[in-house]
Amino acid sequence: MTALTLTLRDKPRHRIDLAAVRPDRLPASRPQDVARLTLNYGNRRVKLGELFDISGQDPNNLVIRNSCSLLDAIGAGMETGNVCIHGNSGNYLGRGMHGGTIEVHGDSGHWTASGMHNGMIHVNGNCGDFAGAAIPGDHQGMRGGTLLVTGNAGDRCGDRMRRGRVLIEGDAGDYCGARMVAGTIAVLGKVGLAPGYAMRRGTLLFEQQPVSIPATLNDCGEHTLGFLRLLLDSFSDLNSRFSRLDRNRLRVRRYAGDLACDGKGELLVWAG
Amino acid sequence: MIINGVSIDDTFAEAFGMKATRVLVTAVNHRWARHAAEAMTGFATSVIGCGVEAGIEAELPAEETPDGRPGISVLLFGMSGKDLGKQLEKRVGQCVLTAPGSAVFAGMHGDKTINLGRNIRFFGDGFQASKLIGERRYWRIPVMDGEFLCEESTAYTSAVGGGNFLVLAASQSQALTACEAAIDAMRKVPNVIMPFPGGVVRSGSKIGSKYSALPASINQAYCPTLRGVTDTQLTADIESVLEIVVDGVSDSDVRTAMQAGIEAACALGVRQGVKRISAGNYGGKLGQFHFHLHEILA
Repeated sequence: MTALTLTLRDKPRHRIDLAAVRPDRLPASRPQDVARLTLNYGNRRVKLGELFDISGQDPNNLVIRNSCSLLDAIGAGMETGNVCIHGNSGNYLGRGMHGGTIEVHGDSGHWTASGMHNGMIHVNGNCGDFAGAAIPGDHQGMRGGTLLVTGNAGDRCGDRMRRGRVLIEGDAGDYCGARMVAGTIAVLGKVGLAPGYAMRRGTLLFEQQPVSIPATLNDCGEHTLGFLRLLLDSFSDLNSRFSRLDRNRLRVRRYAGDLACDGKGELLVWAG
Repeated sequence: MIINGVSIDDTFAEAFGMKATRVLVTAVNHRWARHAAEAMTGFATSVIGCGVEAGIEAELPAEETPDGRPGISVLLFGMSGKDLGKQLEKRVGQCVLTAPGSAVFAGMHGDKTINLGRNIRFFGDGFQASKLIGERRYWRIPVMDGEFLCEESTAYTSAVGGGNFLVLAASQSQALTACEAAIDAMRKVPNVIMPFPGGVVRSGSKIGSKYSALPASINQAYCPTLRGVTDTQLTADIESVLEIVVDGVSDSDVRTAMQAGIEAACALGVRQGVKRISAGNYGGKLGQFHFHLHEILA
């Protein structure tokens, strides 16, 4: 079976909520059934077939073409299957996702991977603010899985993140890992202001020394940490710069904190 | 059956079901990994007195260990998963955690698990940190030379303990030489350990004793100095008997190791004083695994 392909006909005037279009919940094989799915479009509810051309049969492999930043909640809550997005995606990409993979050939909006439990999201572009973070009202952000961003991430990346890994090949904005509960965020580019602000546990791993580090993250000096070898090995299967990092780079400067909030987190900056 | 002039008794070794686990100890080099592994496998010759039978399975090159450092693979055998877990925690806590630069990882993976670092982490007094990498959880415990890295748990499996054979020779030195050759060959077999000192035991035992407090005592039928006063199994030309006990992850591993060891001992031949090969059993009533020497060597 060929992948079920949804091609957006025209740029929409309002935001479209695609949370109902989950690979694991789509009716199999008949495009007319898919066309009858109801979507929230602005303040209206419309049939999917009014906005998208539909081809292919395999709902486990969903392709969205001609996508744009107004398509929200793609892959939200999905448990299995693969989603491939050509173009940008909107907010809440993969929110609460439990499994499967999402690949975006473009940028993603805010709250990408928010509340994600498992699976893999690969954004071949930039993502907005609050990647892997908790949406207002949620106690925790990302709780597992992997968010890989080839470009840059916005502010508050990993805010209240609980578990999992956020890997950013480019730059990260301000307050990266703020209020982080646990998990791993690695950034190969520059990092904005106040990384690790109010973090409780977890690891921030940076290629470059941040411009500013909160006063409540204390410098513990340079150390060779063996667990980094395991962490770097775990990147080896990614289609990313992270898989090509030297696995013997175990020497880091360690900042422990945030001492105002438990202080069991750490900000590591590769030495040399 | 006679191999190279050595008579092979038509008997069998009787072995028992046990539980086994494997851990990988790594360090900055093999010297320090071996220090830790030897310490944790010390006083682990017999479950009866030591609680666990343990030994070094193999030396691992850096590319075969989880953290890319030189390592040692250690196998431990106990009578139950619970016993095994208790002993593993004690031994890792006292012998690996304490060794400079060491780390320890699970060497088996499966559904049945026992604690490795789950409780040892509390040595960190609140400064310990966990890291979930993939499906596995590791503990990082701050110590005076850096961090002790320890996987949270390791799996265990059903296994076989107590495979054995006896080398009967014309003198003690010739019995020892034959056993050394056998052990060298058996150490090349994966998934097995020979838990006694140097892999060899000279105090083979029988069940029970005239003293009611003792569960085991000498096997006088194989003690050469008692040849004239017991129902001996030794002919006049045999002056020394040594035993090799082997524990394996499966019965086929034990069988392979026994075959390698007996063949190596027999390769020295009767001219080197190796007279007979026999095996220890309890009449076949106690252990569920029987390793018949003639079948193994056929």
